[in-house]
Amino acid sequence: MDPLIFSRMQFGANISFHILFPTITIALGWVLLFFKLRYNATNDSAWMRAYFTWVKVFALSFAMGVVSGVTMSFQFGTNWPGYMEHVGNIAGPLLAYEILTAFFLEAAFLGIMLFGFRRVSNRVHTLATVLVAGGTTVSAFWIIALNSWMQTPAGFEMRDGVAHAVDWWAIVFNPSMPYRLVHMLLASGLTVSFLIAGLSALRYLKGDRSESMWKALRTGVFTAAILIPIQILAGDQHGLNTLEHQPQKIAAMEANWNTGPNVPLVLFALPDEAARENRFEVAIPDGASLILRHSTDGVVPGLNDYPGNHPPVFPLFWSFRIMVGTGLLMLAVSWSAAFFLKRRHTLPRPLAMLMVPMALSGWLATLAGWYTTEIGRQPWLVTGVLKTADAVGPVAGSHVALTLAVYLILYVLLLIAYLGVLVHLALKAAKDGDTSPLPGVLNAALSQPAAGE
Amino acid sequence: MTYDWPILLPLIFAGLMGLAILIYVILDGFDLGIGILFSLAEDTEQDTMIAAIGPFWDANETWLVLAVGLLLVAFPLAHGVILTALYIPVFVLLVGLILRGVAFDFRAKVPAGKKHRWNRIFFLGSLIASLAQGYMLGVYVLGLDIRPGGMAFGVLVAFCLAAAYAAMGAAWVIYKTEGALQKKAVGWLRTALVLTALGMAAVSLATPFASPRIFAKWFVWPQMLYLSPLPILSALLFVWLWRQTFHLPRPDDRHALTPFLTLAAIFALGFAGLAWSFYPFVVPDRLTIWQAAAATESLAIILAGTVVVLPIIIFYSFYAYRVFGGKATDLTYD
Repeated sequence: MDPLIFSRMQFGANISFHILFPTITIALGWVLLFFKLRYNATNDSAWMRAYFTWVKVFALSFAMGVVSGVTMSFQFGTNWPGYMEHVGNIAGPLLAYEILTAFFLEAAFLGIMLFGFRRVSNRVHTLATVLVAGGTTVSAFWIIALNSWMQTPAGFEMRDGVAHAVDWWAIVFNPSMPYRLVHMLLASGLTVSFLIAGLSALRYLKGDRSESMWKALRTGVFTAAILIPIQILAGDQHGLNTLEHQPQKIAAMEANWNTGPNVPLVLFALPDEAARENRFEVAIPDGASLILRHSTDGVVPGLNDYPGNHPPVFPLFWSFRIMVGTGLLMLAVSWSAAFFLKRRHTLPRPLAMLMVPMALSGWLATLAGWYTTEIGRQPWLVTGVLKTADAVGPVAGSHVALTLAVYLILYVLLLIAYLGVLVHLALKAAKDGDTSPLPGVLNAALSQPAAGE
Repeated sequence: MTYDWPILLPLIFAGLMGLAILIYVILDGFDLGIGILFSLAEDTEQDTMIAAIGPFWDANETWLVLAVGLLLVAFPLAHGVILTALYIPVFVLLVGLILRGVAFDFRAKVPAGKKHRWNRIFFLGSLIASLAQGYMLGVYVLGLDIRPGGMAFGVLVAFCLAAAYAAMGAAWVIYKTEGALQKKAVGWLRTALVLTALGMAAVSLATPFASPRIFAKWFVWPQMLYLSPLPILSALLFVWLWRQTFHLPRPDDRHALTPFLTLAAIFALGFAGLAWSFYPFVVPDRLTIWQAAAATESLAIILAGTVVVLPIIIFYSFYAYRVFGGKATDLTYD
């Protein structure tokens, strides 16, 4: 058994599972801060109820993110020792700064944020929420910096096959980093707003008309409606950046074989890499040239310019389309929901029913987007510096296959349990409505009471 | 030996990594230990025990990420060698940590009927993670020996470490609870201490046979004299703690934290002994810390950040422990 393919599958499985949860916690931290600040400003306990419902989701997602993140930190050594041997001088400090500046901050203040509402002053509790939300974002900053460096490396020199840092500013703010960071932070915002909107829609369908439901629903829908056009713009800019720095990735995403002007936008096709052509192609003439070069005779790179050195076409072509398709669906759903909430102050049942499965649309789009960019890096682990095949460790393929199988089973079970808990929490909140006791009344003597008690 | 940066930096990082591992073992030791003791506790006691560690466990586990992170960033060559050699035990450790980490949250959020299942998973995950850590330590001590002898030694250390973690967990329960559960924890502590002592005796007897190298490092004159305080002090603390268990809990709950601090001191002494056994190797007998170290300029930039940030981390970790000081009450999101 080939350890390379199993190691790649295992890393893909681990990081796919992992990214689901940071995608939620990065933005949910800020949403919780928003709930908290609204409560501080209005003294309306419905905001605090919304906060307490969603802080549970945050706690669970955070725990899932921590344990899957610990797995990631070991994966580099167990499966990809060549990675740290060759580019450890770059990757090491970036990872170290993530741990030092983000992980501890989040972990230490998470306890206060979750359990400390009545143990510390309201101000300190708000500060703890700010620090946790800030920590998750700082963490994203460092990881995106490292990932972007692997896509578009800069600021280093090679000595005896080992990368050495020359310019840290250039390493951190490498050419694709700002675009990828913005794209990912917006993706996190969208994932969370659709999750909140979707679970609130479920409460709505169950007959819950409580103030905390409306507040969460409006927050989710309006945030989504605002973020999605910005995300489409940011995604377009990110694509243009990729065209400049990783043209072979764009060629694979568009399934364009020959470099030239007037390249059509392929809507549907089954790219056949052996025959180097698209089967069952449905395309809009000049579309790709227009999007990528903003002119019908713009030249778009083709895969045949990169023989043996371009990523696999089929998965890139399709994951990109899944991401874009999901994004367009998000646009339609969030804008119609925003319209009904703003103008009619109600939500049509069919739309609410559509919003429930759309709660996971952010996950789908985020995963599809990451598959596009990460598979699009192949066959390189670090573009032009280190091939994926040269970084894999000496562990036997059978070992990797065995552990992969166990991870997959574990992840499926945990995902089922996680989604089950989300639905359970939503149904419980729907049943309690505004009558749910605010947590911590039992030991209220320890600290401040919540307003309205 | 001249003391310039290429010599000093790997030493500093070996020290930092050792510190991170020690803090991890002490802090996650007590919450893993509480997981192991979970199987012995009643339903309501389990809630209190969770409340005693709930606000801390995330931060505790972060020290493991820091330790592995430092190994990864400061000694990239060693990171690969050690972790590929320990591929399966690392995997078992991770599965254990994943299970217990999520069980923490799931048990509090699932419908009441399913809580029992997650309690079991929490216990199993904690036990598996502790055993895996001990096994890895044993195999590592012998220079990543994965022949049957090395594996048997690993199993021995695994049980010893799990017992020691259980003792830490019991000591933490004594500190954080009161009444019947606290009394029960004193009993757990006593049993765990006996098992730890048996395990440590077995490990001490086995080490000279299993690793002549370590034996030679300890039993030569005059090092033996300088090193003698380590085992003697450990033994004295151990016996003293054992005697204390007959008087706990004290009136007014005085000295409730003493057992935990004593155990932490014993861990620190044992750790110093281990460090002496390895120095200057990071992969026993194969790679010294200088051979495995990353480039000097990379280490320097990490050190700059560490010097600034680590004291802040320690400061706010203390703050978080202080906020949740005192006896554990029901853990609510408040």
